[in-house]
Amino acid sequence: MRHRPVADISHLPTYDFGSASPMWWGTLAFIALEATGFALAIGTYFYLAVLARHWPIGAPAPDLLPGTAVLVILVASVVPNHMIEFWARRQDLAKVRLGMVVMSIVGILPLIVRIWEFPALRISWDQNAYGSIVWFLLGLHTTHLLTDVGDTIVLAVLMFTQKGKAGRRFSDVSDNAFYWDFVVVSWVVLYLVIYWAPRM
Amino acid sequence: MSGIAGKPAEHTQEGLKGIRDTGLEEVRLRAFLAHAWRTPKGFYGWLVTVDHKLIGRRYIVTAFLFLILAGLSALAMRFQLAQPEAGYIGPDLYNQLFTMHGTTMMFLFAVPVMEAFAIYLVPLMIGTRNVAFPRLNAFSYWVYLSGGMMIWIAFAFETGADAGWFSYVPLAGPEYGIGKRPDFWAQMVTYTEVSALAVAVEIIATVFKQRAPGMSLDRIPIYVWSVLVTAFVILFAMPAVMVSSTMLILDRLVGTKFFDPAAGGDALLWQHLFWFFGHPEVYIIFIPATGFVSAILPTFVRRPVFGYLGIVLSLIAIGFLSFGLWVHHMFATGLPQLGESFFTASSMMIAIPSGIQIFCWIATIWGGRPIFATPMLFVLGFIFTFVIGGLTGVMVASVPLDLQVHDTYFVVAHFHYVLVGGAVFPLLGAVYYWFPKVTGRMLSERLGRWNFWLVFLGFNLTFFPMHILGLQGMPRRVYTYPPASGWGEMNLFISLSSLVVFAGFALFFLNLLLSIRNGRIAGDNPWGASTLEWATTSPPPSYDFSRLPVVTHREPLWAEPDMLPVVEGLRVDAREVLAGTVADAVPQIRVPSADNSIWPLLSAIAVGGAFLGSIYTPWAVVWGAIPVSIGFICWFWPKGEPEDEE
Repeated sequence: MRHRPVADISHLPTYDFGSASPMWWGTLAFIALEATGFALAIGTYFYLAVLARHWPIGAPAPDLLPGTAVLVILVASVVPNHMIEFWARRQDLAKVRLGMVVMSIVGILPLIVRIWEFPALRISWDQNAYGSIVWFLLGLHTTHLLTDVGDTIVLAVLMFTQKGKAGRRFSDVSDNAFYWDFVVVSWVVLYLVIYWAPRM
Repeated sequence: MSGIAGKPAEHTQEGLKGIRDTGLEEVRLRAFLAHAWRTPKGFYGWLVTVDHKLIGRRYIVTAFLFLILAGLSALAMRFQLAQPEAGYIGPDLYNQLFTMHGTTMMFLFAVPVMEAFAIYLVPLMIGTRNVAFPRLNAFSYWVYLSGGMMIWIAFAFETGADAGWFSYVPLAGPEYGIGKRPDFWAQMVTYTEVSALAVAVEIIATVFKQRAPGMSLDRIPIYVWSVLVTAFVILFAMPAVMVSSTMLILDRLVGTKFFDPAAGGDALLWQHLFWFFGHPEVYIIFIPATGFVSAILPTFVRRPVFGYLGIVLSLIAIGFLSFGLWVHHMFATGLPQLGESFFTASSMMIAIPSGIQIFCWIATIWGGRPIFATPMLFVLGFIFTFVIGGLTGVMVASVPLDLQVHDTYFVVAHFHYVLVGGAVFPLLGAVYYWFPKVTGRMLSERLGRWNFWLVFLGFNLTFFPMHILGLQGMPRRVYTYPPASGWGEMNLFISLSSLVVFAGFALFFLNLLLSIRNGRIAGDNPWGASTLEWATTSPPPSYDFSRLPVVTHREPLWAEPDMLPVVEGLRVDAREVLAGTVADAVPQIRVPSADNSIWPLLSAIAVGGAFLGSIYTPWAVVWGAIPVSIGFICWFWPKGEPEDEE
């Protein structure tokens, strides 16, 4: 088949930010499917709660302190997270490097607090269905925290290498910040379910 | 490759990096592209390739191998049921056989084969060179393959899943589930769902971002719309089965109590979660099949499909409605009546968009000049069979009728009419339709007609009598029945008819094997079709199109049969594709496309090892995370390939 050139796209950039980038859509799709997983797990929580005569079953409501501490850290992390997003879009390498180090530390902190959070549930996973679902919810969020912190650290290291000095890496940093927002928002919802639903 | 040695100065424009296709003559252009998009030769190349066509092909072949395994297990069951109180297969093996049959057909054949076609066809139909995340695509295949092999190897060692394809608790729970059988089932689900979700994500990003310039939403081929809707259904349905199968394996492995009523759990919770996935699953299989029909039909009636907008909106409506039906699988569990009435209404409602599609197809045939080639025969067979399956679907959506025929052969007849008639017939039609594009050769029409009539008649002779057996009260999932039941003659008839289906499929595979070497040479567009995949050679080159097309019409090749409008300015010394706006496909960026890599395979092995280990110990997840992390880091770490340049 013969060709008829009708457009010249040679001057288009090779990366962009937000919804212009296919990777942003991939990230959004992963967020959508993971959010569905969270929603179904939360649905399971309330399904079991409706069936139970008393909720929580055979245990006091969880201790508020560690979970609230994680909430405070995560909500506060939104500030540096959005600063890094801003710097990434301006392609300010020095500030992005600094921001990535900060975000790596900010990501590790809630993981440390979480060591105390599991015992603060005040029930074991194998005691009854209530114990199973709260451990499941907390486990699910911890998995997300772990993977995103891992991702942040790898990206932080990458930004300090020669390969970090590429425009596309700034787009990666921006997508990583986007995903971190999801980790934070999902914890706000899960926090209310795990800690406040039993107190209603 | 002499054409690519050195940098041709005349083609390096001021301020532009890399060698561009602007003004490059066709021979040199193709030489450059073939080099940039090549898959290394030999076994290593087979392991590292990220070419969507190679991966799509391999997905299709694997899915059909699983179809053969599942088909043979069906044949074994029909052998046992051919006469009352036959003693060929005992109850334990029979349980494994029907579980493996259903599990394989649903998880390892139907869903993967539909995704496989999308992986192969979507980039060609929307005018790009690869899917959005090529390495994720390769990864998804390896994960799928290992999940499928795992459950069949377990079956070979008498550890085949045996609690039905839906693996209901408490039968599959810690109390009654024998040995590791349900665990292999649960982890097979994890593998296949990871793989399906990965494909769904890449299809969404590809269709949203990588369409040819000018392919606005109202110019997307209906088949591509159908796989896009399917990808969204996968995205929101599959997490349900991952959550539930993880809970099941946790109940069995570490003693959680999700499904244990004695400790506040609930057995019906499993059914809710499973069917929240399980019903959309049917549409994950069915929606792309209707996409095949909408692709094949216009070509063989020589006119655009009637009611493009109506069909697209119907597809989207079916996608949404598919999430509101799951409870109709649970009418016999004693749910509140109001809930049952709601789900009856919603189940019947899905007949409306399905009906709109069928009327649009009939109108398309009515207004055209039908050519009865084999793909078209399968489409007509589909319409006939699916209407029957749809009608019995409306019947079992009604609670009193459902309670009467629940767990009988009536239901077996219904869902085979819907799934085989509704999905496998269009699929076979699709194989006949696109085989020339994939291989460059035509399938034999003579064998194709025999194939169609044997499968079509054999199918109806096998499954129609099951309606009657069901109404007579023959239950499903029984390995035998007494002579006094009076079901013997009809069962013998069914078993003999199933041999006709078997013969039809044997001819199908024979046709494939013969034609791949000796079939008539197809040429670029043997059917005179209208969509972009027919604008390139058959089989397409590794780079799909030498220049990326521009779309000015919904039926581009009918609007301009001999001339393809194209863009210029892409790099030819590195893999590059175009990304544009979601609604109007206006070009925004030239995106580098990932090169071949061994890391998707190694990551899949690490992930698979962790999944497999977790059947035996929860610590496998902890220790398995180490190789998995190494795999992913090496996968994503930039390696200084030309694609990393900006």
